[in-house]
Formats: sequence, C-alpha cells, structure tokens
Amino acid sequence: MTDESTTFTRLPATADEREDPERATRAEVLDFWDERFGVAPETFADYTFWERGAGKLWLYRGDPPSPVDVEGLGMTFLRTRQEHWKPTLEAAQRFGAHATENVIHLDDEAARAFVAGEDRERDWDGDWGYLIVTHDIAGAVEPVGVGLYVYGELRSQVPKGRRREV
Amino acid sequence: MEPLERYRPIVDDFEAFRAACERPLPSAVRVNTIKATAERVRRALDEADIAYDPVDWHDGLFVLPEDSPGANWPYFHGWIHGQEEVSAVPATVLDPQPGERVWDACAAPGSKTTQLAALMDDDGEIVATDNNLGRISALRTNTERLGATSIAVTHEDARNHSLKPFGGESYDRALVDVPCSCEGTIRKNPDTFEDWTLSHVEGIAGVQKGVLKRAVEATAPGGTVVYSTCTFAPEENEAVLDFALDEAACELVEYDLPLAHRPGVTEWQDETFDPSVRTAKRIYPHHNDTGGFFCAKLEVTGE
Repeated sequence: MTDESTTFTRLPATADEREDPERATRAEVLDFWDERFGVAPETFADYTFWERGAGKLWLYRGDPPSPVDVEGLGMTFLRTRQEHWKPTLEAAQRFGAHATENVIHLDDEAARAFVAGEDRERDWDGDWGYLIVTHDIAGAVEPVGVGLYVYGELRSQVPKGRRREV
Repeated sequence: MEPLERYRPIVDDFEAFRAACERPLPSAVRVNTIKATAERVRRALDEADIAYDPVDWHDGLFVLPEDSPGANWPYFHGWIHGQEEVSAVPATVLDPQPGERVWDACAAPGSKTTQLAALMDDDGEIVATDNNLGRISALRTNTERLGATSIAVTHEDARNHSLKPFGGESYDRALVDVPCSCEGTIRKNPDTFEDWTLSHVEGIAGVQKGVLKRAVEATAPGGTVVYSTCTFAPEENEAVLDFALDEAACELVEYDLPLAHRPGVTEWQDETFDPSVRTAKRIYPHHNDTGGFFCAKLEVTGE
C-alpha cells in the first residue's frame, strides 16, 4: 500500500469528458454492472467512483473535491484497464445481491472450497468470465465473492488474505 | 511495575477490581449492520455451531465463550467483527446520524470506525485518521471486509489534522479514542503492565491533549466530541478533559450509559479538576465483567 499513489481522481462522467482514452468513465462502469450482472445503474446513484493508480476503481459514499490525496476512499470496487473488468470480492459481497445474470450458486461443500481458494471443475451453461458466486446462509442466498469460469472450471478469485477454512 | 495499586484510593471494592483484572476475558463480536441483522447473525452462528451469549445492554453484541472470531462463515461475510464490549461504548455515545460528517481521530484498526459507519447506515462521510501505516493497513482490511463505503482514510498526526482534502468543512461530530496506556485491556493482554511506566503515561497524555484540542477545533459549534481511553490513569482521562476545558471551546455534557459505571474523579494525587469531569464515566472490570474503559461526551461551544 505504501508505495502506491495516494491520489484519487474522480471518474469522468462520459467519454466526452475524458482525456485518457484508457480511463473508465462513470457511464461505462454503470453499463458494465448492468450488462454483465443485471445490476441496475440506480443501485450506484449515491456513490462516486474514483481511480487510484492504473485501473483500480474505488466506490465512495461521499463527494469530496477531485483529486483527493488520501490512503483510502470507500471500498475497492472494480479492476479496469484490462480486457475483462473484474469486480472485487468486496463489491460482490456488498452489491452482488442485486445481480440477476452471471451468478453461480454453490452448495455448502463447494462454497467452502471456493472460500479456501480452490479451483473446481464444474458445469456452467452461461458465459465464461467473471461470475458472482453465491451460497445459502441463515435462510437466504448471500454473495460470497468472484469466480472466474473458463475451460470447464470455476477458479476461486478469493484474495490470499481473505481465504479461510470455514 | 504493577500499576493497579495506585488506583486503590479511587476504585470501590478494590480487591474485587484487582481480582477481575486477573480473569481472562472471552472474545466478543459486534454485528455489522451494514451487511447483516442480529437475527441473521444468530442464525449463522447456530448453523456454524458457535456458542454465543447475548449482552444485555446492546443487542448487536455477542460474547463467544468458546471461540474467537475468524474462520467461520459470518466472519468471512463481514457480518461480525471482533470487538470487546466496552470498545463499543464510545461510538454509541457519539451517536452519529446518517448524512453527517464525522472525524475518527485515531481510527486504526477500525473497530469503532466501522461501528460509526454502521450507526450512520453507511450514509455520510467518516474521515478516519491514523499516524501509523501498518495500522492503517489493518484499518483498510477491516473497512473492506465490513463493506463500509463511507470511510475515507488519512495518514497524518491527528494533532495537525487537515480539513483541506475534503474541502475545508468542519465536522458534525468527532471521536477521540486516543492511544493510551491500555490498563483496561489487561484481561485481554496480560503483558500490558510489563511496559508500564509513569513517564509513558505522562508522555502519552501530552499527545492525548493535542488530539482532543484539534478535534474540538475541527468540529462545528454545537457539534459533539467523544473522548475515550481504555485506561484507568486520571492523567490520561480527567486531566486531559480538564486541559480541553481550559484550552478549547467546549464543555462536558451528561449522557446515559446502560452499563454500571462510576463518575469521573475530580481529585487525583495533588491535582483537582473541573467539577464537570464528573459527567465522564469510568467503567471498571468488576462491575460488568468487561474490560476497563473511560468515556466522556463534550459539546463544542464555538466561543
């Protein structure tokens, strides 16, 4: 953390407002969640989006002047500036309940393996790429994190520091 | 040195106090209402076969008599956070409201910061300051796992806290839960007294005064500041409040606390303090079977 930039800059609203063509816009981020996961853009109406360093987006409830030089601003949210954008585990846990597409539901045993960081072969009829992983807990469905589905395999994307033998 | 003896003149039933300090304290967790309800947490703990006991003054706290929080589903989901009972006191006393701007002056590792966010329904802005990057890393990890979106983290000495990054606006409320000699955590950390020295107490009291003064300055008139420590030493408690009453535009105010407590002391060794320090509350381990704590509520007067 210490050797990274601490400057957060707000995402431009649309492509017309951006100078760096690689930089994500707010409109693109809202489209991504809508198209990939079926999360309605209104879900994020109260949040501002920020980039720190190259491609790491943060989501914040406040509205400070941009740029802002701090150690953290809300939660890490989405990795951009790569071919396939990748939601963070935290974003999946906090907003994944709104998702209607590209959601894969695991039974208890598979969910435990996923949280421990295991990759597992399994069937999946949907798109390849990043999926929101859910399981049942305390009488309801709850998002667990993000998995990568490729070549007949669900690869756990749980960061090393978050893996647990639950 | 064993420091408890110095509190014999101010603690009732001193032998019970000393005996309580020698008993280990079980783990406790706070329900993170940003992500779950107390009801769902109870159900998840049942499913995981984790025993838990309710806490009578706060329906979002559970004591885990056999486990420590960590490798279980509700923890992984960020539904619970390991936090001692008395550590949950100052955020409830500050009572932040949704939409407000709040400063947490000594925030890491973030138990109280995330509790503030939950009390505000994660709606508003909490500026969480700490001067130690390693501890800030722990604070960041906790805010992420608990799913808080309203917390901004700054690395600075709280005594010189700058309002500039956020547009120069003052705060509605501030939490000043300062670094201290931690005597009240002896039941969790039995080696606490090994490093205890009076010169450390006196040195850290200087820092505490500077942070509290800055918090009063940074909070708008009519706003609330809560000052807390997890220690018994009056040098770090009432003496710091007495300093702030003299040096900053604030006054102490009454508040309710549904835990057994004793008033702040107005006399300590050769010192006398402003009578209003009695509004502060001392929480002793032998009264509620908790850790020790000190908490005071101040209002910023602006004059």
